[in-house]
Amino acid sequence: MFRKLAIAILSFSLLAFNANAGSDGNITIKTDQPKEIKDCFEKLNRATFAFNQGLDKAIIKPLAEGYRNLPDPVQRGTSNAVKNLSNLITIPNNILQGDVKLAIINTGRLVVNTTVGLLGTIDVANKMGFPKYVKEDYGQTLGAWGVGPGCYIVLPVLGPSTIRDTAGSFVNVLGGDPWYNASAHGNNEFLSKDIFIVSKTLSGVDFRANNIESLENLEKNSLDFYASVKSLYNQDRENKIKNNKRGNIEVLYKDEQDWEEIDSQ
Amino acid sequence: MKLKKFLIILFVSNFFNTFVYSIEPDIFVQSTVNRASQILSENISKEEKINKLKEIAKTTVDIKGVGFYSLGSFRKNLNDSQIKIYLNLFENYFLKSFSSRLSEYTNPKIDVLGKEILNSNYTIVKSILIATPERPEVKIDWRIYTKKPDNPLIRDLIIEGLSLARTQKEEFGSILNSNDNDINVLFKTLENFSKD
Repeated sequence: MFRKLAIAILSFSLLAFNANAGSDGNITIKTDQPKEIKDCFEKLNRATFAFNQGLDKAIIKPLAEGYRNLPDPVQRGTSNAVKNLSNLITIPNNILQGDVKLAIINTGRLVVNTTVGLLGTIDVANKMGFPKYVKEDYGQTLGAWGVGPGCYIVLPVLGPSTIRDTAGSFVNVLGGDPWYNASAHGNNEFLSKDIFIVSKTLSGVDFRANNIESLENLEKNSLDFYASVKSLYNQDRENKIKNNKRGNIEVLYKDEQDWEEIDSQ
Repeated sequence: MKLKKFLIILFVSNFFNTFVYSIEPDIFVQSTVNRASQILSENISKEEKINKLKEIAKTTVDIKGVGFYSLGSFRKNLNDSQIKIYLNLFENYFLKSFSSRLSEYTNPKIDVLGKEILNSNYTIVKSILIATPERPEVKIDWRIYTKKPDNPLIRDLIIEGLSLARTQKEEFGSILNSNDNDINVLFKTLENFSKD
């Protein structure tokens, strides 16, 4: 109980801090012009980033490479299963963002894949013609409600985030993630906190395994790898919060008046 | 009367010039990726591939424009001599980075799906990198600078919604911010990258 209270206080503090940070008008995402998100704790962030890189080289990347050597059906099944579990966070966020229709579709997807799709290991819904699945989380919902991102932060192990997105993640352990609730507090013989941790680890390893080459390439060709990762994270979150279709050119164009000034011909 | 004739001839000649020489941005992109793809599938060394890709980039990418964009508003603080040094260093950096990124692919297949004209200066060409057993399909949008319709140039690649030019701009901004906006540090970083 005390732990929950402490987490709640921390979440509200982070959000309050975020609101203050956002009040200078430089980091709000409500306008059409995306401003660079402040890197208030850059020195600490760079140190954490270096720590994460070390951890990645020593443990996560080798795990991801091992995972890639597993037979294709095992990888696909694992990837589908962790994606299926993420519906449990996506559905409440669809509702919180006012998209009830999508919440119903995703509930249908979850039911079909969990039952017919053998605990989500087979994406039956996709084969049945359900619309493409788009993950949502509490950070995105806060963003959609107009909460600014606040400062950019790098979390140990978990990687890039913002104050808003970190606060959003706390909602998961405060009852916002039914999978966490059932695993950690379900009082049943089938689930436990360890299973929850394993599922989250698999989700991370699956993500890393899908991005081995692209991250290597990015690191090799970056002048400042930390800054590149920060930029890509922030762009991705902006797109997700605005629910942009990937590569939505109208928004990109509106956002980048700078191009108009450059006359090279 | 003579003036009228002259104007008509001028108009007709201009019309045909535009008609004959303007290159449609989507055809330009498809042709560029076909050329790159052909090089990547050739049985030659990686070094040779990189050199050939650099030649393609020199004629199809607006390296100067991307260079200015990457500096952001900081470009307004540079004097002529610094601009000259910067553009030279940037071109070397860009060509190395661009060709190195591309040379990792073997025989990539890109299909151009369509285009959207934003204004007289810009057209976005939409394409997809066809999926392989190793990786999923990737959406790539190309921002094409069309100020000179007979010489369209690539200014940005937007891969799955992520702009490479914006990433580069923020990377340069970070280097400058971390070093008291000292342009010489950026020069040195670009130089070191090209040397390595």
